[in-house]
Amino acid sequence: MDWGWIGRNLDQMWSQALEHAALSTLPIVIGFLISVPLGYWASRSTAARSILFVLGNIVYTIPAIALIVFVPVTLGLAVLDPRNLVVALTLYAIALMVRAASDAFAAVPHDVTGSATAVGFSGIQRFFAVDLPLAGPVLLAGVRVVSVSTVSLVSVGALTGIDNLGMLFTDAFRNDNFPEAVAGIVAVLIIAAVFDIVLSLIGRLLMPWNRRSPSRVLRPTVAI
Amino acid sequence: MIEFRSVSKTFADGTRAVDDFTLTIPARKITVLVGSSGSGKTTVLRMINRMVDPTSGHILIDGNDIAEIEPVPLRRSIGYVMQNSGLLPHRRVVDNIATVPRLTGASKAEAHARALELMDVVGLDRSLAERYPSQLSGGQQQRVGVARGLAADPNILLMDEPFSAVDPIVRDELQQEVLRIQAELAKTIVFVSHDIDEAFRLGDQVVVLERGGQIVQQGEPSEILANPATDFVASFIGADRGKRRLTVSASAATRGDDRLVIDAGGYPVGVIAAPDGLLAVADATPKTRSISNKSDQAGDA
Repeated sequence: MDWGWIGRNLDQMWSQALEHAALSTLPIVIGFLISVPLGYWASRSTAARSILFVLGNIVYTIPAIALIVFVPVTLGLAVLDPRNLVVALTLYAIALMVRAASDAFAAVPHDVTGSATAVGFSGIQRFFAVDLPLAGPVLLAGVRVVSVSTVSLVSVGALTGIDNLGMLFTDAFRNDNFPEAVAGIVAVLIIAAVFDIVLSLIGRLLMPWNRRSPSRVLRPTVAI
Repeated sequence: MIEFRSVSKTFADGTRAVDDFTLTIPARKITVLVGSSGSGKTTVLRMINRMVDPTSGHILIDGNDIAEIEPVPLRRSIGYVMQNSGLLPHRRVVDNIATVPRLTGASKAEAHARALELMDVVGLDRSLAERYPSQLSGGQQQRVGVARGLAADPNILLMDEPFSAVDPIVRDELQQEVLRIQAELAKTIVFVSHDIDEAFRLGDQVVVLERGGQIVQQGEPSEILANPATDFVASFIGADRGKRRLTVSASAATRGDDRLVIDAGGYPVGVIAAPDGLLAVADATPKTRSISNKSDQAGDA
C-alpha cells in the first residue's frame, strides 16, 4: 500500500479542502437565513408548521444524488455547475433547520416575550431584540447538525464531477488506492470539526449570557 | 386618573372575563385589585396598557380614551412590573432597567446613568449592574423589575402580582420598598394581588373583585375590615373564620406591659401594649407609620 501518496498529493488535497469548505459554507449560511423566518412562522401558525414540516420531510427523503441531478434540469444550469450542489444542499439544510428553528422560537418563554410587549417593544423590535437571541442556543444546536450533515453531503457532489474532497473517494475507488480514501475521510472529518468549533465560538461570542462555565457565574452572596 | 366606563371583555373562546366594569382609579394613590383566580383582575390591569383591548366600553387616562392611543407608545409611557420579574434573561441588569429609555431613543450612556440611579432608588447595590438576571435572587430580580418599571418616569405603574413568587420575608421587604418609593415618587399605582393582607397593607384603595370583574366592595382597607359588604368579602378577608376578630388573651403569660392578642379561633396573632391595664390607642391612618429608608437587603439573597 502506497501511504506516500498522501505526502505527494498534499497540494491537491489542500485546494480540494478549500473548495469543499466553500461549497459547505454557502448552503449552511443560506439555509440558516431562509430557515429562521420560516421557523418563526412555523412556531406561530399550526397550518404553516404542518405544511413546512411535511415539505421538509419530503425533501429530506429525496436521495442526494437524485436531487443534484434534478436541480440543473429545473434551474436550467449546466450539469457540472457547482451551484447545483449548493442549491441541493441548501434545500437539505432548510429541511433540517426549519424544524429546529420552529422548536427554538417555540421554546422562548412566554412570560419574557409577554413582558417585552408590555413594556413597549414593537413586533419587529421584539423579534430582533428578544425572540431571536433567546432562540439562539437551540438555533445554534440546529446549525451544528446542519453543518456536519452538509460537510459530509458535499462529498456526494464528486459523483457529478464537482471538485472537492469527495473526489478522493471516487478516485480511490477507481484506482484501488486505499490510503487516498483514508486521507479523504480524515480531511472531511477535520473540516466538519473545524466548522463545529467555529460555530460554537460564534455562539459563545454572540450569547455571553448562555455560557455555562462556572467561573463566570457570579453567585449572589448569601448573608447567614 | 384612570377611568373604566362600562368595560366588558369576552375572549375568543367565549369566556366573559370582565362584565360591565366601572371604576375610577385616583391619581398618585395605590389601588389594589384583589380577588381569587378567575375574578378578572389581571384582565382589568392588562386593559390599561392595551395588552388586552375591551370588547365594549371605554378606558380613559386623564380624560383621554386610550383606544385612540397607539399601543406601543402607550405601553412605553406606563410602567409594568410582573410576577417572576419578566426580565430579559440575555441582558445585564443595567440594560434591563434601561430597556424603555433605550426604546424611546435615549442614548446608551444616558439610559445607563439613569439605570444606576434607579438601582439606588429600589435598594439594589450598583455592583449588581453587570450581572445577568439569573445570577440574582428572586427578591433582587423583582427589585430590578420595579426599577425597569420606573425607568421612563411614568405617571402610572401597573404591578401584576409582582411579589407572589417570593418567600414571605422577602415579600414583606418588597412591600415596604413599594411604600417607601411611593412616599417619594407618588405614582398612580394599580396593583393586582390575590393576597388580602398585601392589599390591606399597600392599598390606599382596595377593590375586591368576584367572578367576571364584579366589584363587590371598594374602599379604604379600614372600611372594608370594619364593614365587609357581603358574605363573600367577609370570607375573603377571613372575617367569617374569626381571623379578623381579635381579643386579648386572658390566660397567656406575657412580658411587661404586653398582652397576647388572639383571634376568634384562639390562635395568637400578636401582642398589644397595655400600660397600667389600659390598652394602647393610636391614630389609624396607615400612611403615618414610619417606613425605614434603604432597608437591609440581607434577606434578599
